[in-house]
Amino acid sequence: MFYRTSGQFKTTYESDQALFPIKQDMFLLIVILAIMYVIFPMFASEFTYKALLVPVLIFSLASLGLNILTGYAGQLSLGTAGFMGVGAYACYKITTIFPEMNIIIALFLSGFFSAAVGVAFGLPSLRIKGFYLAIATLASQFFLVWLFEKWAWLYNYNASGAIEVRTMDIFGLVVTGPTASPMVQYYFVLGIVSVVTFAMINVTRGRYGRTWKAVRDMDIAAELVGINLMRAKLSAFAVSSYIVGIAGALMVFFWKGAAEPNLFDIPMSFQIVFIAIIGGLGSVMGNFLGAILIVALPVVLGLLPELLGLTIGSATMEHVNVMVVGSLIIMFLIVEPHGLARFWALIREKLIIWPFPH
Amino acid sequence: METLYSVFIDPFVQMFELPDFFLQVLWEGLVSGVLYSLIALGFVLIFKSSRIFNFAQGIMVVFAALSLVGLHSFLVPYVGNEFVAAAIAMPLTLGIMYALAMGVERMVLRPLVGQPDIILFMATIGITMFLIGFGEFVFGGENKVMITEALGIPTGSIEFEPFGGFLLLEEKDVFAVVMAIVLVISLLVFLNKSAMGRAIRALGDDHTAALSVGISLSTIWVLVWFIAGVIALATGIVWGARAGVSFALEVIAYKALPVLMLGGLESVSGAIIGGIAIGLLEKIFEIYWGQPLFGGNTETWFAFIFALIVLLFRPQGLFGEKIIERV
Repeated sequence: MFYRTSGQFKTTYESDQALFPIKQDMFLLIVILAIMYVIFPMFASEFTYKALLVPVLIFSLASLGLNILTGYAGQLSLGTAGFMGVGAYACYKITTIFPEMNIIIALFLSGFFSAAVGVAFGLPSLRIKGFYLAIATLASQFFLVWLFEKWAWLYNYNASGAIEVRTMDIFGLVVTGPTASPMVQYYFVLGIVSVVTFAMINVTRGRYGRTWKAVRDMDIAAELVGINLMRAKLSAFAVSSYIVGIAGALMVFFWKGAAEPNLFDIPMSFQIVFIAIIGGLGSVMGNFLGAILIVALPVVLGLLPELLGLTIGSATMEHVNVMVVGSLIIMFLIVEPHGLARFWALIREKLIIWPFPH
Repeated sequence: METLYSVFIDPFVQMFELPDFFLQVLWEGLVSGVLYSLIALGFVLIFKSSRIFNFAQGIMVVFAALSLVGLHSFLVPYVGNEFVAAAIAMPLTLGIMYALAMGVERMVLRPLVGQPDIILFMATIGITMFLIGFGEFVFGGENKVMITEALGIPTGSIEFEPFGGFLLLEEKDVFAVVMAIVLVISLLVFLNKSAMGRAIRALGDDHTAALSVGISLSTIWVLVWFIAGVIALATGIVWGARAGVSFALEVIAYKALPVLMLGGLESVSGAIIGGIAIGLLEKIFEIYWGQPLFGGNTETWFAFIFALIVLLFRPQGLFGEKIIERV
């Protein structure tokens, strides 16, 4: 009933292939955007921005990048956090070398560095597949984190070995550094995430997206119909790492404010893989659903005992938290291996025919 | 010229000038290589029999060692004797590993049968997280000392004087190598001679055929995970004796991954040879090239990069079976 498509006739191929073939989808998106842009900032406190809204957005973006590679092009990667680090360090270097540069331009430029590194570490994908490739991407993870530690030029020879974000502004509005207001940062991150997501929806619908899907479904068949495997795989690595790099730069500049090399260590890579898988591989929306679950769940779990009036030591709480998240992940995989995006698809099916059973 | 010299000449000159030190480096590399082999062996067994890439293997090492130490320190006040407590804690830990194998089979593998590989892989990362949380929750997260003496592991050291130099072998390292050899031989005998072992190999060769001749999938899975648990316990004991027991040990789990790449995911001999090769090479590289040229700590990535380069020439690993794809 709510999703009834009767009466929405498609008379041209163009309208059939449009971004929103069904009016309700567009309506829903407008509602979500309105909530994100208007309703949340009206009620959010500083804690909600810092612990929930901004991290969810940044992890969604990183997961979107990974999803391009794993969900669309079928190449499993476990080195996402390393590429995020490349983006962050590149952005840091760009802003120190060109202090006058607008931070938005610096952000989008830093993506190119991580894209280049991504292509370099994507080269083995031309020879090896599956788990062998997954372990090969771990090489980038360990190598890059080591490099961030040892190459002092990257962090401007700081004694602490960490990068710290200085205060920067766009046309007088302070966006980074300790004095920036969380709301401004939220809007900034939200804007970038919206733009990149919109671009990616279109890329995955377009020529490149269809090539990637063909390679994912069967690479030999894709090659036989004339797809250049090398170009398809490397372009997936490039686009994926570009987005992941931007997410990494956003993470350091608009959320953490400072970063040590071990921030980009392997647990974060796995966290992002989890977001992509729990959200649903091969779905753009799934990344956001997955990030809401994986990023917000530990925060909410951490608040739970306080709400129930229990006093548990923070260390114990953290252990229980890891345990619960681990078992929830297994549970989700058992209940719906295709991720939350599939859940949404099922709900939509139900909404179309509701209140009738068939 | 200077750099070329320090890359191609200096290290070898050093090796020849201080042969005793070189032998020491080789020995250290061999010991850690043996341990990598053991962890990789656990991976290979599970992968062969169920196509599951068990990421939790490394954490099982820590978890087993932690259970042993935790149970021991819990038992000592009741029993009063260190050695008796260790003698009780040992079978109890084996019991925990068996319970873990049962639990994993029942609650994770059985509901996920037939799912894509990546889902099962993710599930084992879920198991990893669960074990980390559970282990720290029950036994505490701080670094513990392995009960080396209570288990009767020698702690002294043997000294040699080869080439007029000086070579020091820790007895517990010798113990580790001997134990690993015994473990591997008994495992190979088990796999090749016993009915259960043959069933595991049959399952690895052809799932459907094995099922049709009446091999029970769930029994074998529990068995395989239990064997992996026993290997994990053995590895945990010797590694814990070297470095203490805490979840920082999980880094060695990552070390087993390049070993798998190098040796092939399905090859037992590949895991053993690959592990020893990586252990030796990364130590030699770290001492002679890593520390003078790259500022040290190259052990975190050397194995991966090395395996990557080998894979560029042999995509199926050194001993892996060549995959023939049919369209």
